[in-house]
Amino acid sequence: MKSLACDVLIIGSGPAGLAAAVSARDAGSERVLVLERNQELGGILPQCIHSGFGVRVFGSDHTGPEYAQRWVERAAEANVEVMTGTMVLEIGRDLVVRATGATRGLIEVRAKAIMLAMGCRERPRGALAIPGARPAGVYTAGTAQRLVNIEGYVPGEKVVVLGSGDIGMIMARRMTLEGARVAAMLEIQPYVSGLRRNLVQCVQDYGIPLHTQTTVVEVRGKDRVEEIVAARVDSSWQPIHGSEWTIPCDTLLLSVGLIPENELSRQAGVALDRRTGGPLVDQNYQTSVPGIFAAGNVVHVYDLVDDVSEVAMLAGQAAAGWAAGRLPVVEDSHVPIEAGINVHHVVPQRLSRPLDGTPAKLACRVQQPIEETALIAVRNGTATLAQRRLRYARPSEMLDIEMPASLLRTLDPSASLVVDVTCPERGR
Amino acid sequence: MEERDLICVTCPVGCNLTAVLDGDELVEVQGGRCRRGEAFAREEITDPRRMLATTVRVAGGVGPLVAVRSAEPMPKALLLPAADLLRRVVLKAPVSLHQVVIADLLDSGVAIIASRAMPAAQGARD
Repeated sequence: MKSLACDVLIIGSGPAGLAAAVSARDAGSERVLVLERNQELGGILPQCIHSGFGVRVFGSDHTGPEYAQRWVERAAEANVEVMTGTMVLEIGRDLVVRATGATRGLIEVRAKAIMLAMGCRERPRGALAIPGARPAGVYTAGTAQRLVNIEGYVPGEKVVVLGSGDIGMIMARRMTLEGARVAAMLEIQPYVSGLRRNLVQCVQDYGIPLHTQTTVVEVRGKDRVEEIVAARVDSSWQPIHGSEWTIPCDTLLLSVGLIPENELSRQAGVALDRRTGGPLVDQNYQTSVPGIFAAGNVVHVYDLVDDVSEVAMLAGQAAAGWAAGRLPVVEDSHVPIEAGINVHHVVPQRLSRPLDGTPAKLACRVQQPIEETALIAVRNGTATLAQRRLRYARPSEMLDIEMPASLLRTLDPSASLVVDVTCPERGR
Repeated sequence: MEERDLICVTCPVGCNLTAVLDGDELVEVQGGRCRRGEAFAREEITDPRRMLATTVRVAGGVGPLVAVRSAEPMPKALLLPAADLLRRVVLKAPVSLHQVVIADLLDSGVAIIASRAMPAAQGARD
């Protein structure tokens, strides 16, 4: 078995992995190695052929493949080492990673710091428990995206999309452009779960019927999907008896959420957050295992790739600092950061001590939409440390609030930080 | 005065805009966090445009397809005919990043360019 050593080892070469690698090099790490199980770099970006990437990071609009290319070039310029076709099997004790590849065989890499950048997976049909037959023709939206954009197969002619996540909306448009007919998009919530620009340019532009508070209650078909049964749901997501109707189709695409991919993290003993499905991280994106950092969709699912790249650059810098011995070893006691009123989760989930002068950017997602002026506030005991007004707050759009280092130094470390998103006009 | 509600698609923020119209003339654009909203609303009312992203077939490439896009936003009404036309195009590998696939698509003045490179497969015949 071949043995290697590096300063920062990065698992995954998607937007998080590449940005973390570049910033670790910029922060002085000598050897930064990226392991990628796919044959090409970029993670999911090569199949995301639509535009909308990099408006903030590069100041202009890119498609997914173009955005990946920019980062691949930056990584090459920064002398980041990459191994494609190489899958990590386990993260062992003392930051020793075992990986394997068809041409490389088994390798062992000793790292001073590890960056988890494995991204996420799609929630599959099994997780939804849709009753009915099990015919061919049910795909997750991302699988269909890969088939259409990379493999060159259009998986059906008459399509129903369940869920109004961004990938679902983008695939509704994509299937239409490929000559398929999208008969309906169904969303169980009373509102669209993806970005509003996608509602306009992927759904409304093509006249695709959108039914909110509606779900699939049965899939019918012998060998292939022949029709689905849709039904309206009540406020507790229960199908309303008598509201069912059938929609003939040969394909059902599922866009019902993404789940951080953390098999490796779990097995490495990294503590996970039940709400996000990703590692618990601190203000430096360090996990519960010293020396293991995490960034991007492996931590929690972001709306925009620009956010992923930016956060991964901070994490990469911190990982380089740890590898060089510049980052302090954290104490056992943390200041927890909690989801308060109308907040589903907050990342980072805690502040490590000592509070070493790193500012923290708290990212959160609301539970219920507020379509008027909203207030995001960070409480610490009886004090309000920071607050910001928002025009609105929607579950589909991540919110953040900056906590400058000066503020963190004044907080009461015996009390947790609590993030609330409220609607002051309604007095709650 | 007529008011039309729009959602700006210029960037992922997706601001709510209200276009105030006097007949066909745009009087004012309300809402929006940046100046691009006004340009979007003006175009959306007079000449709606969108980016087109699709794929074309490649012969002899590492992969069977290459992703392509419009070089700039193109007239909305041409999106479906353009995608239809591009489904029948076959390029020969290698394809370079930003290679022009069609210089003037359906007389729109908009070019279609490759949004990634597609190297030739090793051993692929000319």
